[in-house]
This record gives sequence, structure tokens and C-alpha cells, in this order.
Amino acid sequence: MRIKMKLMLLTIVGTIATVLAGCEPLLVLDPKGPQAKTQADDIILSIWLMSGIVIVVLAILLFVLIKYRASNQSEDYEPPHIEGSHLVEAICIGIPIIIVIFLSVVSVKSNYEVETTPAGYEDQEPLIIYASSSNWKWHFSYPEQDIETVNYVYVPANRAIEFKLYSYGPITSFWIPQLGGQKYAMSDMVTTLHLAADAEGEFMGRNANFSGAGFAKNTFEVTSMSQADFDEWVDEVHDTADPLTEEKFDDLLDPGHLGRSTYTGTHLEFSPAPEHDHGSSDSEIEEPEHEDHTDHESGEETNHDNH
Amino acid sequence: MDFFDRFAVPHPSFLIYGAMVSIAIAMIAVVVGITYFKKWGYLWREWLTTVDHKRIGIMYLIVALLMLFRGGVDAIMMRYQLSMPDNTFLDSQHYNEVFTTHGIVMILFMAMPFITFFFNYLIPLQIGARDVAFPRLNALSFWLFFMGAMLFNMSFVVGGSPDAGWTSYFPLAGNEFSTSVGTNYYMIAIQIAGMGTLMTGINFITTILKMRAPGMKLMKMPMFTWSAFIANVIVVFAFPVLTVLLAMGTMDRLFGTNFFTTDNGGMDMLWANLFWVWGHPEVYILILPAFGLYSEIISTFARRNLYGYKSMVASMVVISIFSFLVWAHHFFTMGQGPLTNSIFSITTMAIAVPTGVKIFNWLFTLWKGKIVFPTPMLYSILFIPLFTLGGVTGVMLAMSAADYQYHNTMFLVAHFHNVIIPGVVYAMIAGLTFYWPKMFGFMLNEKLGKWTAWLLSVGFVLAFIPMYITGLDGQARRMYTYSESTGFSALNMVSFIGAAIMAVAFALLVYNIYYSIRYASRDIGNDPWDARSLEWATHTPVPEYNFAIIPEVASTEAFWDSKKKGHELFKGKIEKIHMPNNSPIPFIMSCLFFAFGFSMVFSIWPVAIIALIGILACLTYRSFEKDHGRYISVEEIKETEAKLRGAKK
Repeated sequence: MRIKMKLMLLTIVGTIATVLAGCEPLLVLDPKGPQAKTQADDIILSIWLMSGIVIVVLAILLFVLIKYRASNQSEDYEPPHIEGSHLVEAICIGIPIIIVIFLSVVSVKSNYEVETTPAGYEDQEPLIIYASSSNWKWHFSYPEQDIETVNYVYVPANRAIEFKLYSYGPITSFWIPQLGGQKYAMSDMVTTLHLAADAEGEFMGRNANFSGAGFAKNTFEVTSMSQADFDEWVDEVHDTADPLTEEKFDDLLDPGHLGRSTYTGTHLEFSPAPEHDHGSSDSEIEEPEHEDHTDHESGEETNHDNH
Repeated sequence: MDFFDRFAVPHPSFLIYGAMVSIAIAMIAVVVGITYFKKWGYLWREWLTTVDHKRIGIMYLIVALLMLFRGGVDAIMMRYQLSMPDNTFLDSQHYNEVFTTHGIVMILFMAMPFITFFFNYLIPLQIGARDVAFPRLNALSFWLFFMGAMLFNMSFVVGGSPDAGWTSYFPLAGNEFSTSVGTNYYMIAIQIAGMGTLMTGINFITTILKMRAPGMKLMKMPMFTWSAFIANVIVVFAFPVLTVLLAMGTMDRLFGTNFFTTDNGGMDMLWANLFWVWGHPEVYILILPAFGLYSEIISTFARRNLYGYKSMVASMVVISIFSFLVWAHHFFTMGQGPLTNSIFSITTMAIAVPTGVKIFNWLFTLWKGKIVFPTPMLYSILFIPLFTLGGVTGVMLAMSAADYQYHNTMFLVAHFHNVIIPGVVYAMIAGLTFYWPKMFGFMLNEKLGKWTAWLLSVGFVLAFIPMYITGLDGQARRMYTYSESTGFSALNMVSFIGAAIMAVAFALLVYNIYYSIRYASRDIGNDPWDARSLEWATHTPVPEYNFAIIPEVASTEAFWDSKKKGHELFKGKIEKIHMPNNSPIPFIMSCLFFAFGFSMVFSIWPVAIIALIGILACLTYRSFEKDHGRYISVEEIKETEAKLRGAKK
């Protein structure tokens, strides 16, 4: 029996070790941006710390089981009556408290990091992209560039991005594992997710929160590219894409799956984001985007001049 | 025909028709069987109208085992669906229904009745009482729970199952996105069962506070009774939130109110908050009694008293308080901002401290013991490392920044199964094996029992450890399919194999019960495990009145003291015993609740109103009924005692 148990424990430890060794990099542990890096670091740190705890508990358990099993003791051994010891209990409370305090400090620090402009990008003006979900699609509106895409998003690498999230329908969760963790998109408020990609490449993005029949395939593609390529793409869209009309957008909202599509203009003009304060510290009160639309052309020009 | 169209399942399939046919056949078989063996009278007198806590307990057990089977079939279907990429065994709608009902059935209709079975069967015996404080209320609790469970299970074949997840977040669960009656079933069936649970909570708090044997001060109660007491206090605080929540949800769905809609002043986030204000304490309602059972079992088979009794109690009190302070960790990603997340992150991690104290106390209970390993102990030993693994991943999830990556993924699914299966399910099976001889007068087969424990554990590790990995690789939970290119398929296949092994283990458990009924020795005495607390001090099978003479207690381990230190449990002489009468009212009233619930689900108002009037009539009748119970005479008690003593030992 003990051999079986050891085998099982080995399986557990072995599996954890496999994760730790990362035979193939798991998405979350293969970060491509500062926020995902913070989170991956926290995850790795906690895996090591927690493995230590599991091993200590296992060691004590195996020790007492082997030492104090009945077959290892004389017939007439009577186990003593032990109420407890203040010292032992103080240790059993003290050490976990120290671990929890340590992790709390790490956790609080990371909380503030992931809820603000990514480290190293503070001096930049972030690119604002409105990401809204509808059953079962993602709509990306670039108010500054005055374009809109469906089910894919192009972002410039090495630039802070603020995703403004909301939903036309059930609660969804906007998640690009390699750039950073997820955040809910809801229909009555806007939440903000601060991300940045510090490498060019293609990343998987999806809705992580169950939202009905089409949920499994509610994914989108993220492409991070140089600022020059990004600007080129914006120009190309303006040259080739059709404008997004209100009727067209209503069609897009119909439940179902769609491929990628691209438009000039954004739906924010006729269907603004629900940006009002809901008593949450995360929904920043801002002037509704559509009031600035007159500036968009010039804003874009400035952008082009910058690079 | 229009009237009957509403009862059709909106999205039928071969599986559902198969279930309809098999349910019909099973029901006909049961009715024919009872009629053939002329058992209707027996069933009515001895079970349907009973107020005996032991019989009510056993009925809870039967429902829990049936629901374990139902939830288990759901689980194996899900694992099979995900074992291969682009599998077409279930379509999206069926998969959504299956994971929704799996969650609800396992938590509310399997785990809850299982622990309530232990409350019912054990608490009066452990505290040396003859019944619970309110026996008839207890019967009502059970029948309400039973009718809620049956109503919920009907959804599968009549009208369609709920499909918005066991959390049923609005607006997805609102009329706009959940058009079938499935979510009505969710709101109303859980409401009815939940009322039963709330009554159970009140009943057992009163029982434990008022009906303990002489000498059993609070700090001399067995640990299971302590854990049950605290769990029931949590029930009384948490379940009213669920009641209000479901009432509001019902009104949103049936009467056009706007509590959780996203316009007209409603707020979808309110549902999530209230759900978890109930939902998080709920998991502690499940785990604390499980901790209590482990404490009894580990102490019995280490042949030692429980180490750190006081800190065990204190840690449970602390856990119960903290259980109400952590609900927002279920949605760190809702955008509350870093301050709120930091607070809930710290409170959540803090729960690890009292839980850790309990783990260490169990380890120190083994220390200097004389450990033997029968099946219940084997489960308890397997529980410690597996539950620790689940606990530490909980601490990982509590780090809210990192949780943005774990949330809604298979990592989370792995974590909560990793605490609930070794934590609750193992405790239930261990407790069942441990108390089986007390209930039925024979033991379950040890060899089959150990095979079950090992198979279950191997299956568990294979089924759930891979989910930690696929979660970190970006597999979201509740996805009914995935493509080959994601690379999830190998690990999901391992998961399916693990789930299949677990299914074999549960089948073996059923076989063990069958085998032991046929072949196990009936000559086992009253104390087959050499146990320590009062429930073992009475006869097996337990007579109706539990104890002929109420025991007197001087320590936490009264029965052990009576065996080893010459403590005299039963002083005084036999006197006539006052017992409550059976009553059909709880059963009838619950049937009316079923009719009420069913007609509410389908908006058939006349029937709902008639049923409601019937329920009020039952309540009124009860208020004017004069029933002072009955006495069991001294001669009858002596006769029973002599018979029981003759049959056993």
C-alpha cells in the first residue's frame, strides 16, 4: 500500500515539475508584455513557494505514518493523551502568517502594477482601443485612427494600450493570455485593461467568460507590429475599407459568428460606449468619445507625424 | 395543443429521449415493485410520514447517492466531449446544459444532502439526544429539499435544462438570452430546496445548543458536532441571501422587474455579488462538516485524542467569519480597481492560516499514535496531501493580479475540484464507510473499499492535475470544443481517462454495497471500529429512542473514557420516553410546493394559486393541531433493550 502511495505522490510531484520545467512554454508563462510578465512572475513565485508547503506537509505526513503505524509498534503501546502545545501551535500559525504577509505584499504591489500604465511606458500617450463584445464577436474601435475591426486587432508593439471594454449582451471577459490577464466587459459600464506588447507577433485572444451557445468560438486574433507597419495599415484601411454605417453595425450585432472585417469610422459615433460612473473606481469618467470626432482627422495626422 | 407545447424540450436529442424512456421505465418499475410486494403501507407509515432523524437521514443519503450518479454521468459526458478536438458527441447547447446541471446537482443536490445526512444521523447520537429539536420541521426540510431536487431534475425531460452556468450570471440568465424555461427551474427548484436547508440550519443550531447530554459543555462536544454547529450558523446567515437573490431573479424572469437587467436601473453586477455572498460561505458549509468527519476518523484510527481541540474549534470559527469576507475573489476581473482587489486578496489568503492549523493538527494527531489503515482512514490520509494541493492553488488564485490569468480557465476548475473532491467527496465516502455499520449493522467490504479509494485517487489525479496545465495554456472553462491547433487534446484525453477511472471507482462502491449486503457478517457488535464518541455507545441498529438512558458526559471522548477509564455513561434507571408522532403534513405540503414550483416554472397561474392556498392550509392546520406526541413505556423499552443486547455482542 505504501508503495502505491509513493507512486501516486511521485505522479503529483512529477506533474508539478513538468509545469515548472515548462516542456513547452504554456501561454500564460510565455509573456510578451510587461503586464503578463508581472503575472507570470507572480505565478512562478507562488508555484515554488506552494510546492515547498506541499512538500513539507507530505514529509511530515510520511514521517508520522511510517513511524507511528500500528505494525511498527509493540502490542501494548497506548498512545498518550496530548491536549496541544502553545509553542507548536504558535509555529503552525506563525509560519503561515509570515507566508501570507509576504504574498500579500507581492499581490498588492502587482495589483497596482497591472491596473495602471505598464512599467516603462509611463511617458507615452497610450493608444486607446474600444473593445466591445456582441454574441459572439469582438468589435475593436480605434477612435484616434477612426477605424473599426471585427474579430481581430492590430496593435503597435512597444506602446501602451488601453482597452476600453464593454459588451452588447452577456458579461464577457477580454483575455489575451500572452499580453496580460483578463477583464470583464459588461453592458452597463466600461472597464479598462492596461496592456502593452513588447514584441511583435501574433497572439490568441478570446472571451473567457461563458456567454451562451457560441462562447467556445468567441475568439479574436491579436497582431503586434512596428509603429510604422501599424500606421501603414491604418492608411491602407482608410483607402480601401467601407465606412461603418449604423445599419451595417446592427447587422454585425446579430447573434452568430463572423470572420474578420474592417471599416472606416467607428460605431462609437452612433452607439457610444456606456461610459458613466457606476460607483466603481475602474470606470473612469471621461468625456464621451464621440464628442471629439471632429478632431479625429487632425489627431491622426499628428500621429503620422510622430513616427 | 398550444398549452402542451411549452413542456417540450426545446433542443431534443437522442440522449434526452433515451433519458425520458429510462425514467419512465424506472418509475413504472418502482410503482409495480412496491405494489407487487404490497409495500405502499410500509412506505407511507415508516418513511414518507416519519419524523425520526435517523430515517430522514437515510432518505437524504439515498437522494445524495442518486444525485451523485446523475452529476457523475454529466461529468463523464463533459470529459468525453472534450477528450478529442472538435468532438461532436455533444453540441454547444447540450454541453452548456450538462455543465450547468453538473454544478448545481453536485453542490446543491449531492454534497448538501450528503452532509445533511450526517447532520441528521449523527448529531443527536453524538450529543446524546433522542431526536432533533423540531422533528416535524426536520421532515419538512427533507421533503422540501427532495421536491426541489426532483423539480430540478425534471427540467432535463420537461421544458429544457438551465444552460447559463451554475452561477447563472445575468444578463445571460435573463429572458433576453435564456429563452427556455430552464433558468425558471433553476430559480424555483433551488428556492424550494434552499428553504429546506435554511430550516435544517435553524433546527440543528437549536438541537446542538439545547439538547446536549448532561455534562456535555460546548467545549466537550465531539468535533463533528462542532463543525456541524458552525456550518449551520453559516447556513442561517448565508441562505437568506440566496432566498432573496432567487426571489429577485424569479421576479425578473416571470414578472418583468429589472433587478439585474442592464437598463431601467437594473445592475447585472448585483447578481454576481449577491450570488457569491451566499456562494462562498456555501463552500465552507460543505467543507467544515467534512473537516469534522476527518477529525473523528483520524482520531479514531490514530487511537489518540484529537490534537489541539481548542485551536480546531477556534480555526473553524475564524473560517466561518472570513467566509463572509472574501466573496469578491470570485470576480477580481470585474474592474473594482486595485484597492478592492487588494483587500479581498488578503482576506482570501488569510483563510489559509486557520485551514493550515487544521492540517497541522491532524498531522499531530497522527504523531505518537498507533495508526491503523481501514478504508475510512485511507481516505483521510489521501485527503491530506491532495487537499493541501487544492488549498495552495487556492492561495495562488487569491493573488488577484495573477488571478486575471487564472480566472475562468481550467486552472480554476482544477482548483475547486481539487478542494471539493478530496475535501468533501472523500469525507462523505469515508464517513459513509465509517458509519455504515452503525446504520445497517454490517460493515462494507474492506478490500473493495480500499480498491475504491485508490482508484478514486488515481482517477482524480489523472482527471484534474492536467487541467492546471491546460488552464495556464489558455483553455477557458465551459468551452464545449476546441480545435486541434490549441494543443489541448492530449491532456484532455488524460483527463477523460482519469474521469473514467473515477467512474469505475464509484461503480465499485455500488458493487461493494451490494456485495456487503449479501455476504458481510452481521455479528459485529456495537463498536466495530473501537471508536471514541457517544454515537457508538448505543446499540446497533439504533433503537427509535437512541438511548434508553440519557448518557452523562465528562470529556470530549465520553465513550472512550467509559471503555478505558471506567467512566459510567448510563446512570439511573429506565423511564418512559416521550417521542414525537409521525405526520403526513410535511410530505403533503412539499408535494404542494412541487405543484406550486412546477406551475410557476411554466407560468400556469391558476394551479400555482391553488397550490399556494393548499400550502397555507397545511400551515394553518398545523397551527391548530393538538399533537403532544406519545410515550414509549418502560416495558417496551426493556423488551427492546433485551432483544438488542441478545442479538449483538
